[in-house]
Amino acid sequence: MTDALDRPLPASDDPWAVLRSATRARVALGRAGDALPTARELEFRAAHAAARDAVHQPLDPAVVRAALDPALELLEVHSAAPDRATYLQRPDLGRRLAEGTELPRVDADLAVVIADGLSPRAVHEHAAGLVTALLERLPGWSVAPLVLASQARVALGDAVGEALGARAVAVLIGERPGLSSADSLGVYLTWAPRPGRADSERNCVSNVRPPHGLSYAQAADTVAALLGAARELGASGVVLKDEGPALPAGAG
Amino acid sequence: MRRQGTVGGHSYEFPTLVELLAKATPARSGDVLAGCAAESAAERVAAQAVLADLPLATFLDELVVGYDEDDVTRLVLDTHDPVAFAPVASLTVGEFRDRLLAWAAAGDETAISGLAPGLTPEMVAATSKLMRNADLVAVGRRTRVVTGLRSTLGLPGRLASRLQPNHPTDDPLGVTASIVDGLLQGCGDAVIGINPATDSPARTVALLELVDEVIGRYGIPTQSCVLAHVTTTLRALEQGAPVDLVFQSVAGTQEANRGFGVTLDLLAEARAGALALGRGTVGSNVTYFETGQGSALSADAHRGVGGRPVDQQTLEARAYAVARHFDPLLVNTVVGFIGPEYLYDGKQVLRAGLEDHFCGKLLGLPMGVDVCYTNHAEVDEDDMDSLMLLLGAAGCTFLIAVPGMDDVMLHYQSLAFSDVLTTRSVLGLRPAPEFEAWLARMDLLDDDGRVRELTADAPAARALLAAASS
Repeated sequence: MTDALDRPLPASDDPWAVLRSATRARVALGRAGDALPTARELEFRAAHAAARDAVHQPLDPAVVRAALDPALELLEVHSAAPDRATYLQRPDLGRRLAEGTELPRVDADLAVVIADGLSPRAVHEHAAGLVTALLERLPGWSVAPLVLASQARVALGDAVGEALGARAVAVLIGERPGLSSADSLGVYLTWAPRPGRADSERNCVSNVRPPHGLSYAQAADTVAALLGAARELGASGVVLKDEGPALPAGAG
Repeated sequence: MRRQGTVGGHSYEFPTLVELLAKATPARSGDVLAGCAAESAAERVAAQAVLADLPLATFLDELVVGYDEDDVTRLVLDTHDPVAFAPVASLTVGEFRDRLLAWAAAGDETAISGLAPGLTPEMVAATSKLMRNADLVAVGRRTRVVTGLRSTLGLPGRLASRLQPNHPTDDPLGVTASIVDGLLQGCGDAVIGINPATDSPARTVALLELVDEVIGRYGIPTQSCVLAHVTTTLRALEQGAPVDLVFQSVAGTQEANRGFGVTLDLLAEARAGALALGRGTVGSNVTYFETGQGSALSADAHRGVGGRPVDQQTLEARAYAVARHFDPLLVNTVVGFIGPEYLYDGKQVLRAGLEDHFCGKLLGLPMGVDVCYTNHAEVDEDDMDSLMLLLGAAGCTFLIAVPGMDDVMLHYQSLAFSDVLTTRSVLGLRPAPEFEAWLARMDLLDDDGRVRELTADAPAARALLAAASS
């Protein structure tokens, strides 16, 4: 820090560039009176609009299906939240399956749930790519039919996994959009899924969002490694957490 | 006691104090989620009418969260000051609201501000439930709470700001760039406060040393804070780091605080450590707390007497009782951060922000607000503008500001530095006096005392930009 303070101001046509080059934060925006200049204001609004639209765009099963291998079976389910406004205010409903939901009991090693979460856009753009990469890395695993879930929270995967009779569930879910990342997908792993599992019993791989975030291959390597470790341990969550980054890529 | 209210020919019964408070609360999603909200608008008004007739002293005998199982309740009752309470001891909740508004209209700050040690969180929360937004503003601005460390906060006609220079990787240059940007826009008089990206002690010490050096080099009359967990700050203190303020998030039940990993003893120990450093020049308030409606519910630690869910606004006021025990320099609610399942839209966030400011001030806290929102809430910039201007009118101690409204580490939107300037100029408010004098010394103010629109070749700007050059 002392060094930074002692260095002279570099010569530049735009001295504010010093600030801008040091951080992704929105520094040196200038002012119009005591407010933001029009151009900066509109930039912010555009970013906020993208994030808002990502939250409220409905999940379109046809988009996901079209991007997947046609040989893969895809079942559709809904949570107990009937619409977006209810979903946003009642996370408890988003964690339960809609009344009357029926799923086949297949007793597989793994269930994969594709959930809209807070960004259906992330699911549209990245779910199929990540599922494909993940399945390639799990040759010895029996995988239940894929499940596409609307108005879903992470814990909905517990109910789905239990109903399918899966030993583990991977929930691929749209993450809460930020101003600079409206399309980020997260993956949550839960061993022995059943309703009532705590968040501390899950492992998460976040920010799957090529080309800016994790690539499908990177994310699938980590998820496959975590799955392998969870199978060995017979558990997921904090018991795995510390070892996560040290696992060799693709060790599952 | 049987408590019953009638509205529109229907009679509503409220068997317990916990239910009465919850049903009287203006609508918000978190209380629906907890299952304690009024089921109709009429039931809500009926509850408010019953609450208005309740003697204020009821809250000293009839508890919302039990004494034996909750250390926040014990703290509140064991430190209650009957002498301070005496002027309002005979009033009902409704009469107390009327009295506060009369004192506020008469400008009697002494009468209002002297009550704090005699008021409990439940009394203050109950009163706020009967108030309109304008009532919360009118009384808030006449509740005087002045604190200090190296700047004096809470003086009449002043609005301070926390400069929040967060960075996704705590990069020193990135943090410094945001600090410089904020200082050049007249922000940072309440604190330069960083949320660290990780909670490691080494990182915390490095950030503390960085901000301390900026403050020292430019002689800025403000304080720094790295908002790490209190146990991390204790480690930093042991290592001799320059700790101005001990920070901690707190909530309104013992159970919720346990979820945060804090106890009252731990907070006392850390405060004593910071106090012993003697880093203040104009005061000796060395703690900083953040709170927010919904934090207890999100930790599943929101139940009171009989296992009944307590409404989130009453629990929020209880968090202020924890904070005031440690003589804070700063307290703020992070009002829109928690998400739409607790505060759904702009109307609910605005209401909550004004309630939190009012309740905190009345309980004697130097209350600020992080006027903020997330992208999945029904809230936008216009809602934030309304809240910041109302808070300015309400005499809010400080607002939080980040570069361009965008916190690139925590991924939510707060106010921009320029929003603090707007609030000050629209309402005729000024920075903390010591900081204002520093701005003048740095030639950052024009002849009218307004923060200049700077050109990069101005001497003060060059000096500060040098700090951020790589």
